[in-house]
Amino acid sequence: MNKPLERLQNGIIKENPTFVLMLGMCPTLAVTTSAINGLGMGLSTTVVLALSNLLISLLRNIIPDRVRMPAYIVVVASLVTVVQFLIQGFVPTLYDALGIYIPLIVVNCIILGRAESYASKNPPIPSLFDGLGMGLGFTCSLTVIGIVREFLGAGTIFDHQVLPLADRAAGKAGYTPISIFIMAPGAFFILAILVAVMKEVRKNMFEKSGKKLAAAQSVLGEDCAVCPFAQSCSGKSILEEQKASAAKPAAGKESDS
Amino acid sequence: MFVKLLLLFISASLVNNVVLSRFLGLCPFLGVSKKVETAAGMGGAIIFVITLSSLVTGLIYKFILVPSGFTYLQTIVFILVIAAMVQFLEMFLKKNVHSLYEALGVYLPLITTNCAVLGVALDNVQKNYGILEGVIYGFGTAVGFAISIILLASIREKMEYNDIPEAFQGTGIVVVTAGLMAIAFCGFAGVI
Repeated sequence: MNKPLERLQNGIIKENPTFVLMLGMCPTLAVTTSAINGLGMGLSTTVVLALSNLLISLLRNIIPDRVRMPAYIVVVASLVTVVQFLIQGFVPTLYDALGIYIPLIVVNCIILGRAESYASKNPPIPSLFDGLGMGLGFTCSLTVIGIVREFLGAGTIFDHQVLPLADRAAGKAGYTPISIFIMAPGAFFILAILVAVMKEVRKNMFEKSGKKLAAAQSVLGEDCAVCPFAQSCSGKSILEEQKASAAKPAAGKESDS
Repeated sequence: MFVKLLLLFISASLVNNVVLSRFLGLCPFLGVSKKVETAAGMGGAIIFVITLSSLVTGLIYKFILVPSGFTYLQTIVFILVIAAMVQFLEMFLKKNVHSLYEALGVYLPLITTNCAVLGVALDNVQKNYGILEGVIYGFGTAVGFAISIILLASIREKMEYNDIPEAFQGTGIVVVTAGLMAIAFCGFAGVI
């Protein structure tokens, strides 16, 4: 298949950053209180991701290996600053709604993850499309989560009243919004359901066709060995220690019997 | 003045809890909360780093970026300063304060890319806090993080013996627990 098309499809479906890789959960939970916020956040991340992939891929032979992480961070932070000013200038309502989560795109692990695992090893054009695909995949999933939360929490979709609201005073029957879904706890519940469903999907796919879905790359997949920060972060060694201490008593029992 | 700072501290640590209502620093919250010991270590390291980084970034913003008119570079400057500071801190503790390094050392590199640290630095600028207010806000936020990660770790230790539906085993039930904790923390909303 055509390489750019394949990268797009890979990002949106096969390795969807939210549903399959489970990356970038902080912004996912924080901004999906409504569909339009999710869409805005997704698109801004897409712009940063595509351009940072392109730039890092162009610079991949110039950046010395040992300082590559700081170099990537500078590239991403510059792009984020540009995007932040564009949003502030042209869509001030979105800027107010997303607030601090726009500059925090810098520490979104999808971006550094793609830089490390794809853009630093591949030529510019596929890297650009990889970034676009991943970004659009992120946008789609943020919008979907946003729609679900907005629908349950306010009975609206993209600010259009879909379900007529109940009005106790006027004696009108209708939908009483489950407002917890647009508050913080609702985000955690949606994420918990998502994690559980993905666990089942992975298991079923493996049992049916023997094919495995790409592994989750964050703490949500309980294995951060594939996380982009694995080298610079000590979370991995802590996890391994926990695993080793959990395995020890089990191994001891086996040898006893 | 004192009352104002106290209110700022309570609002940062409990009312607007950094993980449970603003979703910053979710990765260490879910990843390093299996045991109370490690959770306490992580919480201590976060308190240390965020308090220090809000002081340093506050000083840099006020005395370097504002006078020279480079305030638009804040995101880049803050993240590089935080990354460099954590590295220096690790080296300094390793050489001079070994007991503290033993307790917090492993967790320090983990914090560099933590969005809570950068989030606090940016918040201080966005909300126009002075240096002292910024440090108190940072300290409060970090204490809020430490409280919630230690609570979650203690619940998780108890949960090991429970019978959990298969799909929710592992991370799923931890996130549900975090959601229930978030409901509890919603109760602080009326305090201030």
